[in-house]
Amino acid sequence: MRIDWNQYQPAGFYDELFAAPGQARPSAAELANYLASLGTRELAERQSDAERAIVEMGITFTVYTEGQNIDRAWPFDVIPRTIEAVEWARIESGLIQRLKALNCFIDDLYHDRRVITDGVVPDDIIATSANFLEACVGGRPPYGVWANICGTDLVRDRDGTVYVLEDNLRVPSGVSYMLENRMVTKQVFPEMFEHASILPVDDYASQLLDMLSSLSPRKVDFPRVVVLTPGIYNSAYFEHSYLAQRMGVDLVEGQDLCVADDECVYMRTIRGLERVDVIYRRINDTFMDPEAFDKGSVLGVPGLMRAWRAGTVALANAPGSGVADDKVVYAYVPKIIEYYLGEKAILPNVPTLLLRDDDDRKRVLSDLSQWVVKPANESGGYGMLIGPRATDEEKAAMAVAVEANPRNYIAQPVLALSTAPTLVQGEIEPRHLDLRPFILQGRNVWVTPGGLTRVALRRGSLVVNSSQGGGSKDTWIVAVKP
Amino acid sequence: MSLLSRVAERIYWTARYLERAETTSRLARVYGNLLLDLPREAGLSWDVLVQITGGGDLYRELHPNPSVDTAERFFVADRNNPSSVRSSLALARESVRTTRDIVPSEAFRSINELCLWVTQELDAGTSHRRRYGIHSRVVERCQQISGMLADTMSHDAAYQFFRLGRGIERADMTTRIIDVAAAMLLGRDNLARFDNSLWMAVLQSLSAYQMYRQKVKRRIVGPDVIAYLLKDTQFPRAIAFSSREIGAALSMLPRSGEPIKKLGDLRRMLALRNLGELSIADLHHWIDDAQLKLGELHGLVVATWFRPSTTPPVTMQSQSQSQSQSQSQSQEQPRPQGQSQDTDVGVSAVAASS
Repeated sequence: MRIDWNQYQPAGFYDELFAAPGQARPSAAELANYLASLGTRELAERQSDAERAIVEMGITFTVYTEGQNIDRAWPFDVIPRTIEAVEWARIESGLIQRLKALNCFIDDLYHDRRVITDGVVPDDIIATSANFLEACVGGRPPYGVWANICGTDLVRDRDGTVYVLEDNLRVPSGVSYMLENRMVTKQVFPEMFEHASILPVDDYASQLLDMLSSLSPRKVDFPRVVVLTPGIYNSAYFEHSYLAQRMGVDLVEGQDLCVADDECVYMRTIRGLERVDVIYRRINDTFMDPEAFDKGSVLGVPGLMRAWRAGTVALANAPGSGVADDKVVYAYVPKIIEYYLGEKAILPNVPTLLLRDDDDRKRVLSDLSQWVVKPANESGGYGMLIGPRATDEEKAAMAVAVEANPRNYIAQPVLALSTAPTLVQGEIEPRHLDLRPFILQGRNVWVTPGGLTRVALRRGSLVVNSSQGGGSKDTWIVAVKP
Repeated sequence: MSLLSRVAERIYWTARYLERAETTSRLARVYGNLLLDLPREAGLSWDVLVQITGGGDLYRELHPNPSVDTAERFFVADRNNPSSVRSSLALARESVRTTRDIVPSEAFRSINELCLWVTQELDAGTSHRRRYGIHSRVVERCQQISGMLADTMSHDAAYQFFRLGRGIERADMTTRIIDVAAAMLLGRDNLARFDNSLWMAVLQSLSAYQMYRQKVKRRIVGPDVIAYLLKDTQFPRAIAFSSREIGAALSMLPRSGEPIKKLGDLRRMLALRNLGELSIADLHHWIDDAQLKLGELHGLVVATWFRPSTTPPVTMQSQSQSQSQSQSQSQEQPRPQGQSQDTDVGVSAVAASS
């Protein structure tokens, strides 16, 4: 049966594909026609084709076939999410602006601390930040760039405004899904790629390798780049291995590396030790070097921090970058952009109240059901309270936690996340989503065209968590022909 | 690109475990047949296999009241026996799964599938007929994987480690198989009249029967079979052939001086005349000695390439790498879990509401 888009009702939310029932946005016009011509039955068949393709790739990629496979438990929705190229260009410049400013900020914090002496960011916020690392003070990463790989989470509110929800500057993951989703979509909707001008994403691995190579302390033609993984038991091991393979570099574990008397990093090969120039580390700061941080870490490389400080090796992201990935610091990012770049922020923050402020705290605690409350240093949505959904007990517990440590909490108004048509049990229904583009900064800055779109597959759900019925979609940046 | 020591080690062990699984299945298959052929009073039981493959102490510990059944299960299906068919395959899979960027994905997939299939089958039932089928499949699939690697992998350093592991394991297993036969004959005069069937079984276990008949035109007798399996340079499972394979692999690897020298010891042992004529007791000693040499060769492989104690361009500060680990067969140390530090994309903090 032909799909009747008039039946598709985003019910008061901003829909990414439809401006009104039956009225596709310019970026989605071709897609909507194409899907309509396929009909629901054919579409459901393409959905199973996609699922089969993922399983097949999974056989190659998957590490665990026994028991639960964390990676592929994450469903894929076959209907892409589109963004018009013109709008994307603006978002892209906003992302670049933001990362540049954040890198200036991090570099400043570990050197002159002008941002604090000039009164832009209060001293105590940094002093109490769990992600500020003393060991990094005075560090000089190439180009003054600390966060080389950033995965920024974007959401769109009811009025169409795109907000930055979170800056992930530590070890953001998910880019492999972006690449895989595109591979699958090309197999399933080859006709669309013949006609529409959809920006390609498969350049990522080359861009990543170029960026990493640009960090090499030794000026050689082919610096030795490696990906450092915590190992097979890490949930993102698949991605580590995939990226290493796509870049054609070695995937190493802590035990493969050592730091010699010359303060250089070497990897153990069958020919003996060989010098390593750049490490794309997918290990958290404090596990990286048992000598400098967590003594018990068996994942790290003793002496790695010494080598980094001596400038013989580049680490991406540089240790200590997480200081700008604090939700209290987040609230200051618009000011940080103005301070370092003298520009207004292109992409707005979600309005954020710092609960260390007595008035704001009273205001939020007086009616928690109106707010989303987040702890400052957690990532992955842990410890978060969504007011309208929370039980009285949860709210009471949150109030106690906030009073005990106000600095560690922020509050944001509840956003009405945008939706897109999603195939749910054979029917097309609106579902909420967000977007995680990836930004690379080394000598140059580069943004993935689009990113990873995550979608809440449960009706009405606003949480894109994989553990709570979240999935992902391919993201198309579409150049609309005039 | 130089090969990481850790990756080389895992490839080497993948080969050894695969070869071990294959040969153990061969032994189990032929031995099961032999038991059917020989009269009960011959007094054969699975215990001999258990002893010879080096699991005797563990077996006695696990099974204070041994029986034919416990011995066979120990040999084939027991998870606690690191040399059982099941364990060998599980260890092969464990070794290969972190080298997926080096080993062709089809081979990884085949090993994975075989391992899962065997586990399923062994759990499902234990009828003799069924087990025969399992062993045949293990042998067949291991050969297929080996062929797949030979045909789809660059014959670079990584492949040489595969060849090396396979060669060392194969030589070692062939000595054990000869030892099984010798041990069965030793001090069992009542078996003497089955001598012929026994040596035939040995040849069959190594798929050597046909090749042997082509080469040795006489009726099958022990001394001929022993000499053939030790000294033949054309049959792939003969020790002399394996030692050439090992030598060829070594010669293509960097820094292989010491291991090549050690291999010379084994070759000198093989050069002895009249190996086939040794008394059963002397043969057993010779085999012990050969296994010792193979063990030493393995130790040198580990020391040279996997845990190099040689100095880097500059003196090492970190000492961890110089603690050359024992030659334990379970080199795979499970990594501690739970230090997953990546921002999990699946779990994001999206705030919103209706």
